[in-house]
Formats: sequence, C-alpha cells, structure tokens
Amino acid sequence: MSARLRLAARRLAPVALSALIALTASSASGAPEAGTATVSAAAPAAAIAELEARESRLAHQLRCVVCQNQTLAESNAPLAADMRQAIREQLRDGRSDAEVVAFFEARYGAFVRYSPPWQPSTWLLWTGPFLLLGAGLAALAAALHRRGAFAQGAALDALADEAPFDPDNDEFEEGRPA
Amino acid sequence: MRYLLPLLLFLGLALMLALGLERDPRALPSALLDRPVPVFERPVLEDPGQQLGSAALRGQPWMLNVWASWCEPCRQELPALRQLSARDGVPLYGLNYKDRDDAARALLGAVGNPYRASAIDADGRVGLDFGVQGVPETFVIDARGRVRYRHQGPVTAEVWRDKLLPALKAAR
Repeated sequence: MSARLRLAARRLAPVALSALIALTASSASGAPEAGTATVSAAAPAAAIAELEARESRLAHQLRCVVCQNQTLAESNAPLAADMRQAIREQLRDGRSDAEVVAFFEARYGAFVRYSPPWQPSTWLLWTGPFLLLGAGLAALAAALHRRGAFAQGAALDALADEAPFDPDNDEFEEGRPA
Repeated sequence: MRYLLPLLLFLGLALMLALGLERDPRALPSALLDRPVPVFERPVLEDPGQQLGSAALRGQPWMLNVWASWCEPCRQELPALRQLSARDGVPLYGLNYKDRDDAARALLGAVGNPYRASAIDADGRVGLDFGVQGVPETFVIDARGRVRYRHQGPVTAEVWRDKLLPALKAAR
C-alpha cells in the first residue's frame, strides 16, 4: 500500500468509526443521568448543566469494564456507578476531559476507551477493513486481467476464423456482466 | 493450487476461532503491570485503630488479594489462600472491597483468616486505583513496590503453583 493511501486510511478510519459510534450512541442513549445535580447551591445552573453534559459525554466515551460491551452511561453495574461518580468528582475538581480519560486509561488500559486509540496494537484493527478491501480489489483486478488476456486470445482466434473485429468495441463477451 | 488457497484460508480461520474459544474475553491485561503499586493507606479490618498502606510494605515482595464477604468465589478461595500462604510463608494482605466490616470479620472468624492484615476499602476507591474489575483479584508486588502479576478469579492450588508463586519468586 502506498504511503498516501496509508495516510488516507489513517485519516479516514477514525472518521468512519466515530461516525458509526455517533450513530449507535445517538440511537442507544437515553436522557442524561438523573440525580446528578448535587454540586453546590451557589453554583449557577448553567455551570451545573455544563458539568452534567461533560459527565454524560465522558460516560458515553468510556467502557464499563465489567459488562464490556456497554458504555458507562448505559451500564447499571455497581462498578460503572463508581466510575461515573469518579468522573463527576474529577470534573468538579476542575480536571479536563482528557485528564479524566487518562485517569481511567492508567487503571484499566486503552480498552476502557470505547473508541480505540491509534497505537501499534490497534493498527490492524483500524486498517484491517481497508487492507481486506485492497486485497479484494487486487484479486478482482488480477482475475479480470487474466480473463481479459484469455478473451483477447479468443477474440483473435475468432477474427482469424470468421467475424470482423470491431476496434471501437474491444470489450470481450466473457468479461461482461449479464 | 486452485483449491489450496481456500483450504489454507479456511484452516487459518478455523485455527483463529479455536484459539479464540480458549481465551477468556473478560480477562484483560492489567494496566498496572510493571508500574508502581497504587498508593493507599486504609484502616485495618482486624484492628481499625491500625492503618495498612502500600508504603509500609515496601522492601519485600507481597501479595494483595481483593476480596469481599458478598462474593461467592472469594468465600471459596479463602481456605486455599490460608493453607497455601501459610505453607509457603507468603506475605499475603487483603483488600476488603466494598464490604460491610461486620460481615467481613464474621466470615474471617468462621473460615479462618488467611491475611496478615486486610485494608478496608468500603467505597471501592483503592480498588478503582488498582483497576479491579471484579472480585476476587490477586496482585503480586515486588520489593521495589511494582505490580508484577495480576490474577483474576479465585485462587486455586494450580494457579498458586503455576502463576502466583513463580511471579512472587521472580519479584525478589
């Protein structure tokens, strides 16, 4: 695969996957967690709402490590509740979203991120579909080429035998779909 | 040649699926391997006036078993842990994870206490720092305070002999 193709695949893969995740998340997600508004009475409602929105967004990006195929937001497992609580507290302490994700990644590994990061152990995961597509296209091209060479030989035979060969229509019968 | 490629593809796929059957999809490698053991300092279950902390345990290899009285596999592994750690003289400490102190003490009183001491982790924060997914889990920590091995699930004599003890010996 050429360097440019690889670069394109690298750029496209996360886009395609995040689009897919966004699609599933939007269909699967319900209302944000209830009962989270316990910051401080003095804090303006807008700030509370913003914290809750960030908490909910993070909970959708992190995996429940007990159930594994659910995000923290979807899971009812006690550990998921603890992890959501930890998100809430850290956001309240003024940590950034990236710091919260790093906190969980340090404890549970990259697997805790629902969207896998681009790193050596996930290269095959990200590029696999494109590699398979490339291999399929290459096999198709090779098969068509072989069939083309064969059909051309047959056409020459036919030309020698009887029918006049039409140079404007040098497609070959066998290679054409029905 | 014409049939060789599909055959090879099939065999490759079959092999991968067969290997996949053998693996436990829940068993994740610990993110803590070869990293410093999380810092904790918690009251001791057996004597709440005392504190048990990771700092005090430096200088010797030790094991930490995360357990709870509400967890059935933990109840089952306690006798084996007691017997094996006593036999091999292993410094085994406990982390009593999200448990009720009275229930935990009652269980240890009934089946025997395998731990030199158990730290109380009622809110599960220490467990979170250890990346605990489900109890029981057992960690091997070396003399320099780094996590060397993590076992998920109950400890059996085989696990002890084949995994935990070799990891502890390598950690000296």
